[in-house]
Amino acid sequence: MKQVFAKPVSLKDVQTHFCPGCHHGSIHRLVAEALDQFGIAGQTIGCASVGCSVFLYGYFNIDVVESPHGRAPAVATGVKRARPDRIVFTYQGDGDLAAIGTSEIIHAANRGEKITVIFVNNTTYGMTGGQMAPTTMPGQKTSTSPYGRDIANDGRPFKMAELLSNLDGVAYAARVAVNSPKNVLQAKKVIMNAFQYQVEGKGLSFIEVLAACPTNWGMNALKANERVGSEMIPYFPLGVFKNNENL
Amino acid sequence: MSTLQKKFVKGNEAVAMAAIEAGVRCYFGYPITPQSDIPEYLSRELPKTGGTFIQVESEIGAINMVLGASATGVRAMTSSSGPGISLKQEGISYMAGSELPGVIVDIMRSGPGLGGIDASQADYHQATKGGGHGGYRIIVLAPNSVQEMYDLTMLAFDLSDQYRMPAMVLADSVLGQMKESIVPNPRPQVALPDKDWAVRGTGGGQQHVVKSLYLGDGEMETFHWKMHARYQELADKESRWEEYQTADAELVVTAFGATSRIARTAVEMARAQGHKVGLLRPITLFPFPKKAYAELSDRCKNWLTVELSTGQMVDDVRLSVARDAEVDFYGRPPGAGSLPTPEELFEQIKKRV
Repeated sequence: MKQVFAKPVSLKDVQTHFCPGCHHGSIHRLVAEALDQFGIAGQTIGCASVGCSVFLYGYFNIDVVESPHGRAPAVATGVKRARPDRIVFTYQGDGDLAAIGTSEIIHAANRGEKITVIFVNNTTYGMTGGQMAPTTMPGQKTSTSPYGRDIANDGRPFKMAELLSNLDGVAYAARVAVNSPKNVLQAKKVIMNAFQYQVEGKGLSFIEVLAACPTNWGMNALKANERVGSEMIPYFPLGVFKNNENL
Repeated sequence: MSTLQKKFVKGNEAVAMAAIEAGVRCYFGYPITPQSDIPEYLSRELPKTGGTFIQVESEIGAINMVLGASATGVRAMTSSSGPGISLKQEGISYMAGSELPGVIVDIMRSGPGLGGIDASQADYHQATKGGGHGGYRIIVLAPNSVQEMYDLTMLAFDLSDQYRMPAMVLADSVLGQMKESIVPNPRPQVALPDKDWAVRGTGGGQQHVVKSLYLGDGEMETFHWKMHARYQELADKESRWEEYQTADAELVVTAFGATSRIARTAVEMARAQGHKVGLLRPITLFPFPKKAYAELSDRCKNWLTVELSTGQMVDDVRLSVARDAEVDFYGRPPGAGSLPTPEELFEQIKKRV
């Protein structure tokens, strides 16, 4: 019998702690498939962040450094500069990257660090219990915006992929989603490109992945998945915002 | 490579020269007076050795780059002064929690807040008691000459690698800015453990993880007791101090860093007038050389601690000396015009002999 489906070898054969309907599992898998595809897992060092993504080392068969909240791009800079022949990526949530870590990501991007950044935008702080994130949608209720995000008080959500695409050090900036088979296939292609750029030694590659957080959104898995398409994608358009092969 | 020809350099330059001799591969820093000669020197010299110099957007970014580079097993360092060292405390705590080596140089300036750029010893507590969250200690070395700025920087790298914890060189603007002749000694040949914990890519072998998150039942407690034992081992094996004229002393003056130089001159002045005064200078502030204080205070009960603060190290002195020893304190809080003269300290000595 021909085997048509298998778990990526870069992923461990373990249960994750992610909630039912959470998109982290799908995104982990796409990253693992890219590592498998290029055969680079053994040369890869992951930089975990703080939040639900902290357990990277529990799910990937790769070496991992845990970073303080928001600092993964700085930690990854240290790793990559010390070991330029290794593949280095960060995996960060929106609270981590787009709030406390804005300084680190912007400067790593501006220096054109040859790293890949996987940025999971689920419009909330997952692990701490659903507080307002820098990407929380206008009007979205969270545990710290109980009346809905008020843009007069809190400003508007960050569009990180567009923002970073303006920096010359960024080789590749894209936003994808994993809420449908079509989008998963597109996301896979884009994440492959991101690692391809690093293998080729171009600048920083940045992939924003729109993701569902059913638990903190107070939705079941299906409703949360639907929300990605109905609310998030209209505000956070999918696409490749920077594709500079000449860096 | 180093030659044994003497060189006339600033303390900050000596730190940078020693770092290169010690094999530092990565320096990450941010400008702040009075330590900016260190990044300036390394921006010029480190790339010539194939090393990496990055002027980072903040001290927070810098210490986290040290964390990342050190996690791969290379020697990495940063340097700063008061306000910048405060920002680095987050990363230092994570490095301590992740058992990562790395050297941090603190050329103290006065504070709190923006303070000033004059000599200070008021960051003693921050340095020696674990300046960040969670309950940890780091190795703290206190040079008192440009030669020691050089030698102790190399020692900081060795101790940090050996004990898998961050090490700090704690100096002040006097030591950082003054010039003295030094012998640029070659890197000591020390047998150091393999960094078999470093992240380098599994290569298909065993996974290495550098982390400080411990959620399992009892894991965090076990970690703390392990580090507690390591701090004890450090105290037993690595405590360093210098004694001057203590054999027959009836009063022992104790001071570290630049203050110990002023105190030594004052002790010499007292000796010239026939007063039996000695000096005990701690070189390691963590581990604090408790045994040296305990043993000397078994015989000599009269002590004077001198610091450029309202009194911080004096706490450790009082905890270390024999119970019946009297520890007096004379301090000048940091700031322009507060550096004591030898004559001023001599007057303080005379009051107590």
